[in-house]
Amino acid sequence: MDPKQILVVLAHPDDEGIIGGTLMEHAQQGAKITYICLTLGEMGRNMGKPPFATRVSLPMIRRQELKEACQLIGIQDVREFGLHDKMVEFEDQEAVADRVREVIEEVKPDLIYTFYPGHGVHPDHDACGAITIRAVAKLPADKRPVTRCIAMTPGSYAVLGQPDFVNDVSDIVDLKIQAIGAHKTQFQLMLGNYSQETKDRHRHERLWVYRF
Amino acid sequence: MKSIEPARIQQLLDQLKGQEVYIHLEMTTGAYAAHRGEAKLAATAFITNATVTYSQGLIAGDGPYRVGLKTAHGWVFAQGLTHWDETETSRLIAAGHDPDGKLVVALQIAQEPFSSHEED
Ligand SMILES: [Zn+2]
Repeated sequence: MDPKQILVVLAHPDDEGIIGGTLMEHAQQGAKITYICLTLGEMGRNMGKPPFATRVSLPMIRRQELKEACQLIGIQDVREFGLHDKMVEFEDQEAVADRVREVIEEVKPDLIYTFYPGHGVHPDHDACGAITIRAVAKLPADKRPVTRCIAMTPGSYAVLGQPDFVNDVSDIVDLKIQAIGAHKTQFQLMLGNYSQETKDRHRHERLWVYRF
Repeated sequence: MKSIEPARIQQLLDQLKGQEVYIHLEMTTGAYAAHRGEAKLAATAFITNATVTYSQGLIAGDGPYRVGLKTAHGWVFAQGLTHWDETETSRLIAAGHDPDGKLVVALQIAQEPFSSHEED
């Protein structure tokens, strides 16, 4: 598959880093990537070390970090949905799914990335995945783009089986880690000390295709 | 963010008392605490832009600090406060960070509602 138009639907700035290598490859191959980021991650606990962000300044700082990370990855079109961090599951799910569907109809992606519902660990991730699946499911079966999902739960293999797609991004792992590091407030959380182990962990990206 | 200077916090608490103010009060272990095995339970509670009027607000302790606000029918309380935004002159932005810099507790008081998506 050689996708031309990709839609990414994730919950927080820095979620895109989980599949940063895969997205970089798509961008390098000329795909146009639209990224719906549902929240600004403004309730995140990482405020820099030593802390330089406050609850008040964090959303603007994270918006800027998101911009930088997307530039590094090659994501040209970022849509902030403006939902409140941690509150995604409490929004009107149908209404948010409609907003996602509108973007699908506008950009006509041939490939979608989101979280696997129930395997996101963070409730916002699960809600994000469920909303996206709901939006895609509204389309006629033959019009549904392939939807690849991120699963983060330890039991994901047992429940979902082997991933449909294991992408070895070793050759661009340094650039991927740089994009993750653009989220300076979250840097500690995401990378710890940038070690060989960190690098190894980021070499492979695993995705499960959602079966509607 | 700077380490809390109790005298300046007290000054802000006095400045904001006796009027309707917006508070943000939060306590969190982080959504991933159980996933990472850091805690047996991932727990968070927050209330944002609740309006209260307090008749007395005090900061206590030698650091980390405690703040208690006495309201007409009860209390607002935060413990573990370590840092504050020293650039704020009319509102209180205080938080408690663990040694990794992660936010554990937050207390904010202002005359205007806090916006989670202020324009830059
Ligand atoms: Zn996230």
